[in-house]
Amino acid sequence: MTTTAVTGTTQAIKQSKPNTGAGSAGLAVKIGLGILCLLWMLPVLGLLISSFRTRDAQLSSGWWNVFKSPLDATQWTMKNYSQVLGDNQSGVNMGKAFINSFIVTVPATVIPILIAAFAAYAFTFMEWRGPDVMFVVIVALLVVPNQVALVPLLKLYGQLGMNNTFPAVWLAHIGFGMPLAVYILRNYMAGLPKAIIESAKIDGASHFTTFWKLIIPMSTPALASFAIFQFLWVWNDLLVSLIFLGRGENTILTVALQGLQGQTGQGRELIPSAGFVTILVPVLVFLSLQRYFIRGMTSGAVKG
Amino acid sequence: MAVKILNAILAIIGGIGGAMVIFWILNKLAESLKGKWEDRIKPWAFAGPAILAIAVYLIYPAIVTIQYSFANATSTAYVGFKNYKDILTDSSFLQVLFNNLLWIVIVPAMVVILGLGVATLADRLQPRGEKMSKTVIFLPMAISMVGAATIWRSVYDYQPKGTPQTGVLNAIMELFGRDPVYWYGTDKLHFNSLLLMIIFIWTQVGYAMVLLSAAIKSVPEDTVEAGRIDGAGEKRIFFSIILPQVWGTVLTVFITVLIGVMKIFDIVYVTTNGGFNTDVIGRRFYFEMFTDNNNGYASAIVVLLMIAIIPVLIYQVRHFKAEEANR
Repeated sequence: MTTTAVTGTTQAIKQSKPNTGAGSAGLAVKIGLGILCLLWMLPVLGLLISSFRTRDAQLSSGWWNVFKSPLDATQWTMKNYSQVLGDNQSGVNMGKAFINSFIVTVPATVIPILIAAFAAYAFTFMEWRGPDVMFVVIVALLVVPNQVALVPLLKLYGQLGMNNTFPAVWLAHIGFGMPLAVYILRNYMAGLPKAIIESAKIDGASHFTTFWKLIIPMSTPALASFAIFQFLWVWNDLLVSLIFLGRGENTILTVALQGLQGQTGQGRELIPSAGFVTILVPVLVFLSLQRYFIRGMTSGAVKG
Repeated sequence: MAVKILNAILAIIGGIGGAMVIFWILNKLAESLKGKWEDRIKPWAFAGPAILAIAVYLIYPAIVTIQYSFANATSTAYVGFKNYKDILTDSSFLQVLFNNLLWIVIVPAMVVILGLGVATLADRLQPRGEKMSKTVIFLPMAISMVGAATIWRSVYDYQPKGTPQTGVLNAIMELFGRDPVYWYGTDKLHFNSLLLMIIFIWTQVGYAMVLLSAAIKSVPEDTVEAGRIDGAGEKRIFFSIILPQVWGTVLTVFITVLIGVMKIFDIVYVTTNGGFNTDVIGRRFYFEMFTDNNNGYASAIVVLLMIAIIPVLIYQVRHFKAEEANR
């Protein structure tokens, strides 16, 4: 008797919503989304195909022509990659730039997390005057574009002889990423149960110990979200590195790729492979850690 | 190469280790103080480096930028409002402002609309299909603007007439027997700016989709059900029941994209370098600062940008305060 009643209701609900819910998509929706996804990936596919084509093939026909004769081995080559990762006639060495990108990105991601986590702890669990006002300033700074800081910093770095050095970019990224880092971590820590921190205090744990042994392990999701944000942001940044690192020995991938765009003669065939080398790491990071990235975004992160 | 990698590892360890040592020392210093003073100083030991970073890299330079905007090209003497007068009466700069306005009017709205559309439709697929299509749309978010501009060469590329076309758009033109077009140079009705906007929109729709999809999923089922019982159609349910409940998220997405668009630099710099009437504030600022070496003009441009952002900033702070009150 009860069972029938229940089935009856579920059926009624199912019938009452014919067009929504998982699996309810009609053919039109499926085809529409399918086409959109294809269009979305089309430019990437074009670049990927081009990157494996010889110079002659790239210049003599569009990338879509490979579908006419995909088995024609003469058009395919790995040479673009082997060339672009070493010294070549275009003067842009993406292998070197790849390492430089890591040198810039890793400290510029880890150090702000460390600094911001300490600050977020102080803002959340310590009793002192000032956090409220300071935090409003930090929230306001989230939307301020970092261009406001560049002219004086460039001048200051020039006077200190710091231009074109790694610490110059590290410090800039630490400063520019700090408001978002403190914001995300403090919001997360404010949601942690206060009782645990109180009991740690009663057990005689110092703030330093509580921070390392309790709060940092408990905050891993927030730390991970910010880490991915900052990693992608620094790796993909052009402006800061263009200004403070320039195009010399220390140049990073985005700046190098931008420099290569101007090639029209020799070296033009290297642009697609250089493009792929540039986007490879962020795409892998993104695909494997998507979950944390989405969590960070839904926590209301805005970066100016 | 091996030396380079070794140096890289040393630099990374040095940078991160140094930061850790600083905190350890700061904590020890605070602990060496007695009783009340330890409690008073410790918050500053913990939050100090962050406050210092923000003060040195954002607040102080912002103030100096305002100061520079009233000074000459080398920041050696004050010139009053001359920089502002110069740029605001320069017709090429007014064109820059207009281009930026186009970006502001078109891009955030398009991103929200597309994101909302994809989110609503993808939610109706089977979980596997939903996940796959969302990943595809979301993926460009991970790609740098320079990378995106490189990728879109496979669509926008131009080769002179008579040589094989290597971009999709010009291949289509050829198919219809038309002459190939240098798309980035086509500024009629700001068509080239629109093409650049498409690249930017391509990178941002996924962001809008993910946030809006999460918001739509958290709309209580019974409110939708109530609408249905009252006989509302799908369109009506979307606009009168779902949309009002996700409006807060729509605003968040809109504002985030808006800020990104106001300071847009990379795409324009990489594709046209501001040529063919595609210049925007961010590119012009870079040009004045780095190529023209005019600190006065560069600073004045940034100050104008800051003024334009003030309404967004006020909204942001208000929004935060309202959220804190609900905590």
